[in-house]
Amino acid sequence: MQAEPRAARTVLSASDIDRALTRIAHEILEANRGPEGIVVLGIPRRGVPLAERIAAKLERIEPGFDASAATGQLDVTLYRDDLRRSTARTPAPTRLPDSGIDGAVVVLVDDVLFSGRTIRAALDALNDVGRPAAVRLAVLVDRGHRELPIRADFVGKNLPTSTAERVQVRLLEIDGPAGTGEVTEDAVAITDITDAAAVTAAGEGTR
Amino acid sequence: MKHLLSTQDLSLADALRILDTAEEMSAVSGREVKKLPALRGRTVVNLFLEDSTRTRISFEAAAKRLSADVINFSGKGSSVSKGESLKDTVQTLEAIGADAIVMRHWGSGAAAQLAGSGWISSSVVNAGDGTHEHPTQALLDALTLRRHLARRNGTGPRGTDLAGMRVVIVGDILHSRVARSNLWLLTTLGAEVTLAAPPTLMPVGVEQWPCRVTYSLDDAIAAGPDAVMMLRVQSERMHEAFFPSAAEYTRSWGLTDDRLALLESAGAPDAVIMHPGPMNRGLEISAAAADSVRNTALEQVANGVSVRMAVLYLVLSGTDHAGTPALVPTARQEA
Repeated sequence: MQAEPRAARTVLSASDIDRALTRIAHEILEANRGPEGIVVLGIPRRGVPLAERIAAKLERIEPGFDASAATGQLDVTLYRDDLRRSTARTPAPTRLPDSGIDGAVVVLVDDVLFSGRTIRAALDALNDVGRPAAVRLAVLVDRGHRELPIRADFVGKNLPTSTAERVQVRLLEIDGPAGTGEVTEDAVAITDITDAAAVTAAGEGTR
Repeated sequence: MKHLLSTQDLSLADALRILDTAEEMSAVSGREVKKLPALRGRTVVNLFLEDSTRTRISFEAAAKRLSADVINFSGKGSSVSKGESLKDTVQTLEAIGADAIVMRHWGSGAAAQLAGSGWISSSVVNAGDGTHEHPTQALLDALTLRRHLARRNGTGPRGTDLAGMRVVIVGDILHSRVARSNLWLLTTLGAEVTLAAPPTLMPVGVEQWPCRVTYSLDDAIAAGPDAVMMLRVQSERMHEAFFPSAAEYTRSWGLTDDRLALLESAGAPDAVIMHPGPMNRGLEISAAAADSVRNTALEQVANGVSVRMAVLYLVLSGTDHAGTPALVPTARQEA
């Protein structure tokens, strides 16, 4: 018998997410002592809209920061360490600012920090496209269970979870009508899952 | 995707997946570090039992760009010329550590036989089997056409197909695996294909194929196609008299200067000339057509590396535990 996934429990609402991103933007500027040299790179898929939102907030706080010229996305698919065991994923495009990332302070953005393996892959991918002065990590949710010595510099919400739970981030840009889903507002929810079949049935989320 | 054997059994979703992956692979060719770690520690064997330069070096470049180890094996001067069977050859290669075998073979259906034989567990990529198929050539042609269409429409190529494109394939259809692979793939992608050849070089049963057939190249060009794909006259496969003389072939079926002018006046304003190479200048294509800005031959070669990277990546990913759901956090057992 396959266990049914239990109803999702919302842990962050749309306004919670917005406030968290605003705080992250302020923290980025504080840590960097201004907007000098900042490049915000999102990790597909859901890190990309989050990076764009953070960049827009940076521009609002510091009008000297040009969000469109300092935002991009970094695909890590071909740098993952699980290519042999997982079915092949189609890589997403990598888009860097025209000025490149050499000497920049790159802020990597992802939705959920879990094992740390995605970020490990991202650091390798970054290495092949340039040499930043520093790399920082911003995540919307840190759910724990790290398998590598990696930590986030900026965290929207620390969310203690068990491995039998799944953290789902829903963003309008991807999961709303403009993207591929029917979600009407941003949310972060936790679902209790007890077996692998339920994860697959429920679609993507953790990776 | 365990093997790539033909384009006839390739679904639209799979074809788009290969092409979309190839788009990202080609971005790597444009950057300073032209290397990806995706196939680190894997071994790709190029088993070429028929002469080939460009396909082999293209596969070799693709495998190396993905950090795979490459072993090149050609029929001449090897155990095959001493009479070793294909089964023994491939089992030996697998014992050496091959994860994928890229095979060119003179026999039609050889790649499918190898993949279905149970002799080996490696992935098989067909790099041309007799007069049957040459799937990666068709995929690189499709990638070239798709980019061309995307430029015309002012969109990105990702996720798009070739709906509405009109492509004429000219020449030795009878012996051409390139023509067959292209016909199936371009049709799957929504393009309309016209085959143009003398009746002696048209295969039996061509009327069953999903395409138009014409016996006049001038008519085909006058109809205003988006692309004209010239096939190489394969003199090594011409064991009988299929046309009276080279000059007569050129007069009726070559892309001469006159036909180039016709294409410029009657074809789509941005119509392209394609050729899988190597070009026989003066036979199937005139020097002016070969050097024309419409000729995409070099772009096709560059796209070939990207497409082959995509194919090798897709056939060699997830081969350890095929069927394991990709999304389960299995990382705990990975250490």
